[in-house]
Amino acid sequence: MAEITLDGITKVFPDGQEAVKQMDLEIGDGEFMILVGPSGCGKSTALRMIAGLEDITEGELKIGGEVVNDRAPKDRDIAMVFQNYALYPHMTVRGNMGFALKLAGVDSGEIDRKVEDAAETLDLTQHLDRRPANLSGGQRQRVAMGRAIVRDPKAFLMDEPLSNLDAKLRVQMRTEVARLQSRLETTTVYVTHDQVEAMTLGERVAVMRAGELQQVGPPAELYDEPRNLFVAGFIGSPAMNFMPAELHDGKVKLPIGEVEAPEGVRANGDGRVVAGLRPEAFEDAEIVGDLKQERGVVIEAEVDLVESLGSDLYAYFHVESEGVESEQLADLAEESIGETGAAGLREGEEQIVARLDPASRIKRRDRAQLWADTSKLHFFDPKSGDRLRPAS
Amino acid sequence: MERGTREYALWSIGIVVVLVFALIPVLWLVSVSLKPPESIADGNFLPTEISFENYESLFEGGIDESPFIKPLINSILIALSTTVIAIVLASFTAYAIARLEFPGKRVILAGALAIAMFPPISTVGPLFDMWREIGLYDTYLGLIIPYLTFSLPLAIYALVAFFREIPWELEQAAQVDGATPFQAFTKVIVPLAAPGMFTAAILVFIFAWNDFLFAISLTSTDASRTVPASLAFFTGESSFTEPTGSIAAAAVVVTVPIIVFVLFFQRRIVSGLTAGAVKG
Repeated sequence: MAEITLDGITKVFPDGQEAVKQMDLEIGDGEFMILVGPSGCGKSTALRMIAGLEDITEGELKIGGEVVNDRAPKDRDIAMVFQNYALYPHMTVRGNMGFALKLAGVDSGEIDRKVEDAAETLDLTQHLDRRPANLSGGQRQRVAMGRAIVRDPKAFLMDEPLSNLDAKLRVQMRTEVARLQSRLETTTVYVTHDQVEAMTLGERVAVMRAGELQQVGPPAELYDEPRNLFVAGFIGSPAMNFMPAELHDGKVKLPIGEVEAPEGVRANGDGRVVAGLRPEAFEDAEIVGDLKQERGVVIEAEVDLVESLGSDLYAYFHVESEGVESEQLADLAEESIGETGAAGLREGEEQIVARLDPASRIKRRDRAQLWADTSKLHFFDPKSGDRLRPAS
Repeated sequence: MERGTREYALWSIGIVVVLVFALIPVLWLVSVSLKPPESIADGNFLPTEISFENYESLFEGGIDESPFIKPLINSILIALSTTVIAIVLASFTAYAIARLEFPGKRVILAGALAIAMFPPISTVGPLFDMWREIGLYDTYLGLIIPYLTFSLPLAIYALVAFFREIPWELEQAAQVDGATPFQAFTKVIVPLAAPGMFTAAILVFIFAWNDFLFAISLTSTDASRTVPASLAFFTGESSFTEPTGSIAAAAVVVTVPIIVFVLFFQRRIVSGLTAGAVKG
């Protein structure tokens, strides 16, 4: 049990690449912290520095109040779950799980007891004498977890532990991991590129981009109050819709209509801004009562595609717009282009995703009336990408 | 189906031809070794009468009298020492080369390759002089050193290839589990690299066991003369008999350890030992 403190942690690789830049992060005792970001954002490097598998170029790392920068991994009392599990193929499940205890000189009776306890927790008892090669992916994953928990270390470090499982198993193991962590109350740092995993698992989530920490906070905070365009676009699925907007005389002109600018945004003065609206802020105008309609705008658009998931209905449509240019969004585009199918758009059009009530009868190629709750709009500075918030 | 059968038949014929080609000299050797001295030159491929006289003559007189026992012991000890030293040194070197970035890595690899390519005959003369000067002539060490020189590069190359195959995460997992780098090496990497190590060991052993050039040039007595060299000094029963029979018998005897060695380790040279370490 221990807290982990990163103070100005920087990693520069010998080839000059700066993987992690001045990272400050405090992970509380027993906390479940998620590091999330697109591939290459430095999240794994950060984790490996905590583990001691990567040297820290600059800054100070404390585990349980002690500076551990120069300690070997074995002296940090942490356990790590690797993306590919890294099970020892020449040892049985029992051997794998007991290896750390054996190295620590624990007597064999004690090792057996601890391994069997952990095996029971993870439902591995009947596999204890098998070798990793004879286990399924899910079982291997559990052995990797078991190897970490038998030791009762100061902290668990997990590097995309679920990314090699198939979708169904991944969801199942996700709850398993969450349950295990809350039961053991061991400080955990969990790296993932999957924002859904991050949102569902973490007590707090740290979003990283290009080696820099963007925002740290509970999932709901990241979702409702993203600090910048990157966080806004990264967190949430389907992603937030972005459109260019013009601030003028206290009004915001959007491709979907004109609305009164909120207090804090108005204070920033006239000019161009980026507006963001989450898919669930839209609704089929037929379903929304007249009363609510006053709070937002109603747009008419041709629906390009409708995806019905049973519980939700996603409608894709496009609006006339010259698009939003931002470095932060460009970073996201690479990953999301496949998901949203935004590739098929013509110049001067912007795709919008709306999450509608499944009762909606909107169909593909309909010209539909859609209501947008403009009170849910987020505004961002187009240059810095920072969110414009009410001046307080 | 038809084509498959035909291909199978052609392959079978090919394999049989190669096997016969390779095995006939061996069979011939065995046959000669089993003939009594009088009928060695009778022209029969198979001995008409089987006798173990040639084998008996090899071991006659015990360690002091026999021309064969002492060289056999020399061969075994020299080849085994070379193998053990080469594998230990090569595994450390190969591990460093496979895992670490350090200045001079390319030079070491290139140097090793250059040495392996170097014609041994050109080193024999200088070694002969040097060894006589510093007292290594006709000693075990005098043979072990040149054997190491030529077999180490081979072993290093084989092992580097093997170590590179082992996922680095395994070692990192071991370190996080509390192992020192040395423990991670001995408890995780070495067991996984065992097939590679045995392969390298066999190559080194065979090289040292078969060598004739260094053995004949750098030894002068049975103190360190190995079997291949000692065969040249075999004499017949009398100065008028050719020692063909006993040479054949000795050749058969020295082939046996190699076969045993290979068969014994072959079971360990199984691929796929690393299966299941990482996601499969």
